[in-house]
Amino acid sequence: MTPTRKRRLIAVALIVTAVGIATGLTVLALGRNMTYLFSPSEVLAGNVPGGASFRLGGVVLEHSVQRDSASLKVDFVVTDRFHEMPVQYTGILPDLFREGQSIIATGKVENGHFAAREVLAKHDETYMPKEVADAIAKAKAAGNSQHQAQ
Amino acid sequence: MNPLLLWFHKLGSPPYFYRLAGRFLPWLYAIALITGAIGLYGGLVVAPADYQQHDSFRIIYVHVPCAWMSLFVYAFMAANGFVALVWRIKLSEVLAMASAPIGAAFTFITLVTGSVWGKPTWGTWWTWDARLTSELVLLFLYFGVIGLYSAIEDTRQAARAAAFLALVGVVNLPIVHYSVNWWNTLHQAQTVSLMGQSKMDASMLWPLLTLAFATHVYFFASLLTRSRVALLGLESGKEWVRALVNARTGGRQ
Amino acid sequence: MTDFFAMHGYGAYIWTAYGVFFVVLLADALAPLRQRRRTLAELRGRLQREAARDTLSKSALPRSGS
Repeated sequence: MTPTRKRRLIAVALIVTAVGIATGLTVLALGRNMTYLFSPSEVLAGNVPGGASFRLGGVVLEHSVQRDSASLKVDFVVTDRFHEMPVQYTGILPDLFREGQSIIATGKVENGHFAAREVLAKHDETYMPKEVADAIAKAKAAGNSQHQAQ
Repeated sequence: MNPLLLWFHKLGSPPYFYRLAGRFLPWLYAIALITGAIGLYGGLVVAPADYQQHDSFRIIYVHVPCAWMSLFVYAFMAANGFVALVWRIKLSEVLAMASAPIGAAFTFITLVTGSVWGKPTWGTWWTWDARLTSELVLLFLYFGVIGLYSAIEDTRQAARAAAFLALVGVVNLPIVHYSVNWWNTLHQAQTVSLMGQSKMDASMLWPLLTLAFATHVYFFASLLTRSRVALLGLESGKEWVRALVNARTGGRQ
Repeated sequence: MTDFFAMHGYGAYIWTAYGVFFVVLLADALAPLRQRRRTLAELRGRLQREAARDTLSKSALPRSGS
């Protein structure tokens, strides 16, 4: 390699490394502020500044959804399987909203419950046909009942 | 010189590259079209509906291959930019600059199809989570490279300046890819992994992989077409271009 | 067939996404062809002008250095 090319190579490599390190440090520093959501445990532990609007993430607790028959008002409980947080929301829910599904609600805490402005459904990275999902659920159920019988 | 290096040098010569690319191009377009059609048919018709998202999950077949391409094309552009900066090889400048609009197109498709998919499943068109934001930054990086290239008068200087920007922007690639692991995002984690089990049923996975292959082949077809046009402009004073233009005019002289 | 296009109510979303995919990639595929026509036309014009100049200078008295 000629000296000119070597010099260019070193210069380019140094600048790219420097920018990489700078970005890495910025990302690390922003880590806290990059938090997209808080779990019910974090909320109850007081990690969320009081009165501020934030995103609450968790699973909709089974058998907790209560729809108001006259309006779009919905009450449900969000859980991270350690702690629970009651949520109130008025509006149209996304298709994937159902019990046992991960959701992200934006809003703030108002006298003990979370008043949501917006409810988004989070879905996982698993895709399968309904038949496969049913078969897995059946196998699980069979496994459980066998377990109980023993 | 060893034969591979010799071939590389030969490939770097514009007239040789122009001719060789011209010979490959029809095949590349044909393969991309056929595999693309098979993949789309598989995704829209053959693949069963998802147990949770039902039919809306079919957007994955255009969204995910384009998202992969947005990262792949950027890496390809930056690698050629690196060679262009250090070794000043004209063909690398051409390849890097020809990649930028294709990559921008794939990134744009990724963002729009993602948005259209987000509305029925998540309940929103857009949210500022780490994955979506870093992909948007990727689009602006592509725009920056294209803009810088067209803003500078001297084509070769412009290519080197833009290649430099492309190279610096490489830091965004790991951020896009790992954003779903590093931070809490609305966007779900990786479904398909090169190593280990993919979290998708085989009946749904094959159209996705077929389309990923088709988009890669399409990228190289579009890249070669664009590079050939760029070389004609860059080498317009050279004998091989004169000969080519004269041959196309059909010796009307 | 209608069922296929309806996609159980997700038709509007799915066909928008696939439409964007096709339109954008088609535009990407056509852009270099238009550029190619423009470049070739420009080159042809330049060559013709040069050829015209050459015949003109040949018909005139041979000058040194041209």
